[in-house]
Amino acid sequence: MTEFLQYTLQGLAAGGFYALAALGLAVIFGVLGVVNFSHGACYMLGAMVAALLLQHFDLGFWPALVIVPVIMFFFGVLVERLLVQWLLRLDPLYNFLLTFGLTLLTVDVMKRQFGVSSLKYQVPAGLEGRFTIGSVDLSVYQLFAAAFAVVICLAVWMILTKTRVGMIVRAATEDAERSRALGINVARWVTPVFGFGIALAGLAGVLAAPYRAINADMGSNFIIILFAIVVIGGLGSILGAVVAGFLVGLVEAYGQGYYGQLSQVLIFVLMAAVVLIRPAGLFGREEVA
Amino acid sequence: MSAQLTDTVRVETAASAAPERRLNPFVRAALLVVALLVVLALPWYIYPPVAMDILAWGLFAISVDLLLGFTGLLSFGHAAFWGMSAYTTGYIATQVGVPFPVAILGGTLAAMLIAIPTGYLAVRRTGIYFAMVTLAFAQMLYFIANQASDITGGENGLQGIPKTFFGIELVETDSFYFYYAALPIILLGAFIAWRTVSSPFGRVLLAIRDNPARARALGYDVERYKIMVFVISAGIAGLAGGVFSVSHGFASLQELVWTTSGKVVLMTVLGGIGTLWGGPLGAAVVVLLEDQLASSGFNGIGIITGAIFIIIVLLFRKGIWGTAADFIERIRSGMASRGRGDA
Repeated sequence: MTEFLQYTLQGLAAGGFYALAALGLAVIFGVLGVVNFSHGACYMLGAMVAALLLQHFDLGFWPALVIVPVIMFFFGVLVERLLVQWLLRLDPLYNFLLTFGLTLLTVDVMKRQFGVSSLKYQVPAGLEGRFTIGSVDLSVYQLFAAAFAVVICLAVWMILTKTRVGMIVRAATEDAERSRALGINVARWVTPVFGFGIALAGLAGVLAAPYRAINADMGSNFIIILFAIVVIGGLGSILGAVVAGFLVGLVEAYGQGYYGQLSQVLIFVLMAAVVLIRPAGLFGREEVA
Repeated sequence: MSAQLTDTVRVETAASAAPERRLNPFVRAALLVVALLVVLALPWYIYPPVAMDILAWGLFAISVDLLLGFTGLLSFGHAAFWGMSAYTTGYIATQVGVPFPVAILGGTLAAMLIAIPTGYLAVRRTGIYFAMVTLAFAQMLYFIANQASDITGGENGLQGIPKTFFGIELVETDSFYFYYAALPIILLGAFIAWRTVSSPFGRVLLAIRDNPARARALGYDVERYKIMVFVISAGIAGLAGGVFSVSHGFASLQELVWTTSGKVVLMTVLGGIGTLWGGPLGAAVVVLLEDQLASSGFNGIGIITGAIFIIIVLLFRKGIWGTAADFIERIRSGMASRGRGDA
């Protein structure tokens, strides 16, 4: 039983990153209709930038938690203005391919610049040590990261449900065409929303920095899992992305705990089951084809 | 936006994907002869293993185009079939010691076998979801291959795959002869793709690509057609993957990783979607470029291929073949209208 509790907490901690990054992916998809392949690369950039801020400017974890998402926001704005916007009217396939190209480019630029060995980052002061009750044993940082991710997800949820901006974004996510018809300037929100989604990926990267290996390849597996998450949750659904994010975190943790090496395969088995039983995803609406 | 997602993908295909706009039969026959001559002459001018790479990747790209250009399905997990065949071919060749074409046949069947459940699940989603689902399944196979190191050799890959050709043992230095021994397999794959798109079955695929709802209304079982072409395509990718692994003498995890799926899509788009010809053209460009970059000691090939991808998608969505065909078309119609003006 304590084993189960241990894995559950670990799963929720891992799920936090997934939920945070998948939330960014879902918001971007909802408003722009773009499946951002470079989301994993942006997660990697977030962690890399955090490590570099520490190395060169002696800026630790807490400042990075604010600075990195801001930097990534402007990176996102730049990508949207320079590249993504030209293909918005075409099939979503083209932006998928464009951001795939961007991923190859970004990863190899970082590899050339910083090599393949991992950069160092330590757990921030005050969050070291372990948290132990009975046989449940977790690092304090992991608990913090999980809680922080939940807080951010809730904050985003509040923004989306309680503010006017959020209402517009939700309306655009639901049905961009109809929102436009009702006189909402959806186009005005496209760039900031893209930046915001990228900032969330960057934030997930910063949170991952203290306990994951930071290198150019850290996003390459992450993005595939993110895709599995949004397929499970239903790509158009913001709630689906968050719930599926935690779900996949849990599946991964149980898998690691009980089955060892096959945990990654389990995620895809879960995805296959969802596609089979409910093709539109757990929270997605059925498509009319 | 959601309306776009319910259909097959709407890609800008080159003229030849629309049968009524095909070049006239004489031009097509002439092009075919030229292509055959180029393929036959290739290893005289290019280092034979590199020439073999071009053909293997070219056939791989054809298999992707069969789905993307002629059915409107973007598979972003085709590395699964290429890699599955590469490993199975290698395993059969090393364990059983049969001639390599037989081993490749085994690899191809294995690729088609795993394509059945993958296709069955993937066709339940359309558009960009299809790409994501196929991508995820390919990654799953990657993890399994990584774990099953007793069979696949894990990180080290499957090494020492022999090039046995009906009693003749082709060694590493015989790559020139190996090229000609493997050429019929590549041509067979290309022929199957061509037969598929020019058959009544292929016309149904075009109907599904252009308007799935109408194809369904006309009584075609859209999902069944999609699964069938998916399995055919996986088989062609399998032929290519088998040739590739025998040519290199090894199969590694690199064959299954998602960047391989992306690379073959790049080749297809670069050459021109919906042309079949375009794939090998794109493959030649990418393979030669990578060879050039690798020999010049440049590390960071992704920077170049990524940039090409971005430029192609932004500016030349019809690819090399499609852009050239448009250009010729424009000149011809320009001449025609000037001709009318004179009269």
